[in-house]
Amino acid sequence: MAFTFKGGIHPFDGKSLSKDKPMEELFPQVEMVYPLSQHIGKPAIPVVKQGDYVLAGQKIAEADGYMSVPIYASASGTISKIEKRRVLTGDMVESIILDNDGIYSTAERMPVRSITEMRRGEVINIIKEAGIVGMGGAGFPTHVKLSPKDPEKIYYVIVNCAECEPYLTSDYRRMIEEPEKLVNGLKIMLALYDHAEGILAVEDNKPDCIRKLRELTLDEPRITVKELKTKYPQGAERQLIYAATRRVINSSMLPADAGCIVNNVDTVCSIYSAVIEGIPLYKRIITVTGDAVRFPKNYIVPCGMSYGALLEEAGGLKEKAEKIVSGGPMMGFALFDLNVPTTKISSALLCLTRDEVARSKPTNCINCGRCVDVCPGRVMPSKLADFAEHGDMESFLKFNGLECCECGCCSYVCPAKRQLTQSIKSMRKIALAQRKKG
Amino acid sequence: MNEMMHVSSNPHTRSRMSTSRIMFFVIIALLPASGFGIWNFGYRAAVLIAVCIASCVASEFIYEKLMKLPVTIDDLSAVVTGLLLALNLPPTLPWWMAVLGSVFAIIIVKMLFGGIGQNFMNPALGGRCFLMICFTAKMTNFTYDGVTQATPLALIRDGASVELFKMIVGTIPGTIGETSTIAILAGAILLIVMGIIDMRIPGSYLLSFILFMGIFSDRGFDINYLAAQLCGGGLMLGAFFMATDYTTSPITDKGKYIYGIIMGFLTFIFRSFSSAAEGVSYAIIISNLLVPLIERVTVPKCFGKGGES
Repeated sequence: MAFTFKGGIHPFDGKSLSKDKPMEELFPQVEMVYPLSQHIGKPAIPVVKQGDYVLAGQKIAEADGYMSVPIYASASGTISKIEKRRVLTGDMVESIILDNDGIYSTAERMPVRSITEMRRGEVINIIKEAGIVGMGGAGFPTHVKLSPKDPEKIYYVIVNCAECEPYLTSDYRRMIEEPEKLVNGLKIMLALYDHAEGILAVEDNKPDCIRKLRELTLDEPRITVKELKTKYPQGAERQLIYAATRRVINSSMLPADAGCIVNNVDTVCSIYSAVIEGIPLYKRIITVTGDAVRFPKNYIVPCGMSYGALLEEAGGLKEKAEKIVSGGPMMGFALFDLNVPTTKISSALLCLTRDEVARSKPTNCINCGRCVDVCPGRVMPSKLADFAEHGDMESFLKFNGLECCECGCCSYVCPAKRQLTQSIKSMRKIALAQRKKG
Repeated sequence: MNEMMHVSSNPHTRSRMSTSRIMFFVIIALLPASGFGIWNFGYRAAVLIAVCIASCVASEFIYEKLMKLPVTIDDLSAVVTGLLLALNLPPTLPWWMAVLGSVFAIIIVKMLFGGIGQNFMNPALGGRCFLMICFTAKMTNFTYDGVTQATPLALIRDGASVELFKMIVGTIPGTIGETSTIAILAGAILLIVMGIIDMRIPGSYLLSFILFMGIFSDRGFDINYLAAQLCGGGLMLGAFFMATDYTTSPITDKGKYIYGIIMGFLTFIFRSFSSAAEGVSYAIIISNLLVPLIERVTVPKCFGKGGES
């Protein structure tokens, strides 16, 4: 029996568009833009200045304190300026602009030592130095995640191989093409925690990955491959932890509070590259897909390349796209302009010929209860959205509005086409900001 | 990229289910019962169905035009209300009474409270109960094959025996849509398969009704008696098509069961002790009124605070 959670939905998965396209590395001849804030925490501080010549893999900005990570150049060339540039959220962010010479000369790798010779702190320091953040979309600095208060109380290190988001196939390609990197990356993390068991949690729509990973981990007593039911949002952190370990966390807890550490596939592969190969994080896998794209594919992309240039590599649009999304259709971010840079947390570029949201008009709630039935957070989305629309913070909090994980299931199923997720999200933002203020 | 692109908050995809699609399937699911009613009772049934649907849709349209509100008749909910009301009327009812019932259902029960999704009781049943009070004689006059007859439920209450087979097929006196258990179940199965209703409400309603009847009535667990109680008097139509009305039923999982049990209990009370043999309509609308309370006491525990499994 496959493991799962209560609630969830089965949207059209669209993975067949790019599922069988092997990863292809890109060496674009375009300007590179590196926003200094690609992670949660303080923006990095530039260590280069206008006119400097840099190599691919050379550090161009360093971490500002503990809750921050450095940034590396992904191509060789001259730093043309450091200025504010628009990023995909629409904000203007201080960015380093690289005039790419197109040669891709690489910098010297970081020094590598055998993992057995290093202490915990040293390994975590390498991970920090390599600029690794949660590459599933959150951008949380990985070295912070890997440094819980009590490492002795970490019992599970989970790799999120669910890839429940429709259309995305980047994790799938990593697992199919480089499963050794994934397993060895997990082994590095296991070396940090004496009592931890490693879990590779894969949805059962990827039987080939499950088979491959099981073969590879046959002689690894500390690693198990867990088959999860294919259902969105199986890869949401709380639902994943519950499905894989039956442990439970709520919005005010961290996975480490339940003895778990969860990392995304590409993040684990980056840990491997950093610790074993000495390569910092400056490339990542991005799925370019959707029914409007001429050649849907999975690319290894130098971060900093613009979405527009990436789309050109995939043959551009074959039809007019009504909506272009960075990420998947459920949790991705709609782009208003393709001239924004890809970053460490860009997982996909999705171009859709039909924008179902614009075509559906919100009407009265008919109280059908579908949102309540599918909500993985087990809250009452229709009620929460009412409270949010009326600005009733007290009721919103009383009905556990903060336990919403913004997965979008409620908006997806709503027959009245209400913007439930959007209303709840806006209210959560206000609530969290107030909580911070104290 | 000169073209303007759409931006909106996530998610960027939507399911195909919409309010009008749901209503459309409910109409399809009511066709077997409607068709059987017309075959069983003749053209007068067809006329009443047409009159009710037309006057419900017209009431909603005119009200919204007069109040300068967006017209919502394309969501088909007024059609469903009209059809359900007609199926709850005796075929001999004068057409103008049906019009009155429809206007009451739409204007008073539905539109005055804010239209679709806002009404506190099932509009069709509200309309029917209004007619019951105004025109009791006409509403309880059940003519079958040209003769006025008692319904099987009235017969069985008085201790007479009934032909269960006829009750299942539906060749008995009654309201237009309530007589054929088979036709109603055919529609109900369609709704369940399409994911529009589930068994939580009808299941707990019917099951608790049987239990109350079996335990507390003097007939005990007499299979024939219980089966006749189940098939008779609009219980099936009510349980599958009216108790499951989204707007007037609880949204919470536990609430759905509690709501079903309350209806089962009330139906048992009305059928056992009231002067009329029938009680489903009243059981449902009274339970409708309890829905806000039921929802308030059955707020689910959320994930991370005990509600995981």
